[in-house]
Amino acid sequence: MEPLTSVSGRIMPLPINDIDTDQIIPARYLKTTDKDGLGKAAFYDWRYAGDGSPKPDFVLNRPEYQGASVLIAGNNFGCGSSREHAPWALLGAGIQAVVSTYFADIFRNNALKNGLLPIIVDVATQQQLLSLAQEDPATSVTIDLATQTLTLPDGRTVTFPIDPFSKYCLLNGVDQLGFLLGLEQDIGAYEAAHAPRVLTTAHA
Amino acid sequence: MPQTLFEKVWNNHIVKPQTADTPAVLYIDLHLVHEVTSPQAFTLLREKGLHVRRPDKTLGTMDHSTPTTPRNALGIIPVTDSQAQKQLDQFTRNCQDYGIPLYALGTANQGIVHVIGPEQGLTQPGMTIVCGDSHTSTHGAFGALAFGIGTSEVGHVLATQTLMQYRPKTMAVRVDGRLAAGVVAKDIILAIIAKIGVGGGTGYVFEYMGEAIRSLSMEGRMTICNMSIEGGARAGMVAPDDTTFEYVAGRPYAPAGEAWEEALAAWRNLPTDDGATFDDEVVLHASDLIPMITYGTNPGMGMPITGRVPDPAQLGDVSEKMALDKALTYMGLQPNQPLLGQKVDVVFVGSCTNSRISDLRLAASMIKGRKVAEGVRMMVVPGSQQVKKQAEAEGLHDIFRAAGADWREAGCSMCIAMNGDQLEPGQYAVSTSNRNFEGRQGKGGRTFLASPLTAVAAAVNGRITDPRDMFVPEMA
Ligand code: SF4
Repeated sequence: MEPLTSVSGRIMPLPINDIDTDQIIPARYLKTTDKDGLGKAAFYDWRYAGDGSPKPDFVLNRPEYQGASVLIAGNNFGCGSSREHAPWALLGAGIQAVVSTYFADIFRNNALKNGLLPIIVDVATQQQLLSLAQEDPATSVTIDLATQTLTLPDGRTVTFPIDPFSKYCLLNGVDQLGFLLGLEQDIGAYEAAHAPRVLTTAHA
Repeated sequence: MPQTLFEKVWNNHIVKPQTADTPAVLYIDLHLVHEVTSPQAFTLLREKGLHVRRPDKTLGTMDHSTPTTPRNALGIIPVTDSQAQKQLDQFTRNCQDYGIPLYALGTANQGIVHVIGPEQGLTQPGMTIVCGDSHTSTHGAFGALAFGIGTSEVGHVLATQTLMQYRPKTMAVRVDGRLAAGVVAKDIILAIIAKIGVGGGTGYVFEYMGEAIRSLSMEGRMTICNMSIEGGARAGMVAPDDTTFEYVAGRPYAPAGEAWEEALAAWRNLPTDDGATFDDEVVLHASDLIPMITYGTNPGMGMPITGRVPDPAQLGDVSEKMALDKALTYMGLQPNQPLLGQKVDVVFVGSCTNSRISDLRLAASMIKGRKVAEGVRMMVVPGSQQVKKQAEAEGLHDIFRAAGADWREAGCSMCIAMNGDQLEPGQYAVSTSNRNFEGRQGKGGRTFLASPLTAVAAAVNGRITDPRDMFVPEMA
């Protein structure tokens, strides 16, 4: 993974609560065996009509929001299915950060492992960002990971929470798996002290 | 210090405790894998030259992208979707290459991942169980800590049999009293989610307790724990008791002989101690509950079946008003309208929520001697090949067929609409599955979530019907 220190970009409004991962990427696009090319499936059913033509009103299709990289969403973004295809699809569609008042647990974990920043703000900031994005699509923000701040166009900064381990991994481009692989001794010791609960190979 | 059930299971699995800088490292007793969320994890292993640390604690099954159409003359379930076939082939190869036992399509034990674990006795009290699937919460019905993970984490578990996790908060979800006739486990969980909302359990593990939960069968408890994630909680647990032990005993992977006695002694220590505390609590009274149904596009948008669809104009919060507006537009419903009498096109009985043998028995006893209404398509999809076999041994398939329902092979089927089973745009379905999200059962399809009894009542009348108005079978 490449180190990730900051995201700067234009913002795009999607003021809908409880956006579930089936909307972020419908299940029929999960019959793939790799991560690439999922960007075109992002929000597919909101983005395209039944005949495959783009719905002009949907934010990802509006010319003024092309190139925006920070999605401002309603509350509780990413609920539902555990599909990691959701962050893969968002990243594939050019989105590098999502701002919401809170995120579903599994989505947040998945996003952080892929360098998609889930930025938690209070309702007032969320509403301000939504208004700004709707009024002036040229509005951009800067998200700085080291200081955990999001800077609004008026210069105001708000802080956001992120767990220290994810932050460390993102800033340094460290893959979390590497950390676990380094625990070989501890894992071996646990296994030595605890008999297996079930062995799936016993009746296979 | 008195401990909760969750704390006991969590503490028993700590390889490295949580610190100020790092999450806890948890040992995983059982890792279930399926074809849809694992391919990229195996690719990662190959790229990094890693092996699967404990293939003997890992089990694969095929369920999501598999067709449920009847077998051909050779006894094979034909896969006509080439992309699905490729995914299944790759999954077979991955399991072979890494020595992971696999329940392949159509084989004796294949089925929905959350049906096969308990069925085989692999799911046992006090274990940690994960799967790249959010409904892994189902296994919590046994007093296991079981939760869904993403594909990166599938890779972590394959390579190390461990996961990094911050300790979640705990919520006691208590359901006091007894259920009335015609009200079942599905109604309880739909009522809980309607009360707390789809985000209400975010950051929490639920422990379901109270008389109504205690009186449920294991399959009823699985229905409840299954939908914990629809309330935002990654895991939901029920303390193991004699009902649990009776269910586990004698299953293929259950401990036997002396090992059974030892296991039982350990399991009896798992329930939450007197005086242990939770971070939050929700209380419902079972006697207040009637059959539930959803009207909107997430599982929190549910109401008693005799109710009226809420009116966005009555909501104070602007974002909630918008969400309800959007949901009703998608569903083609009017504010304040009743759902009773609403016409339906399709009825789906299946999914990891309600496809076990007791669900099928319940549905069959309700439909016996009746017919699916004209113009309605009813699909009954057993959760596993074992459930299918048992149902056929009991003649349930004949009851469904005689009523005009379609009896299928095992799998996720129309719950996820990535396997050929799906709604047409605009169709209304009453489904026993767990998600009514836009397009979940097929692009443009409209889903009402309900219990198997309510589903059958709708199938027979062609309209949403209160199942209590029809004969309610004797329930175990
Ligand atoms: S039945 Fe539905 S919810 Fe359950 S595992 Fe399959 S797709 Fe997921």
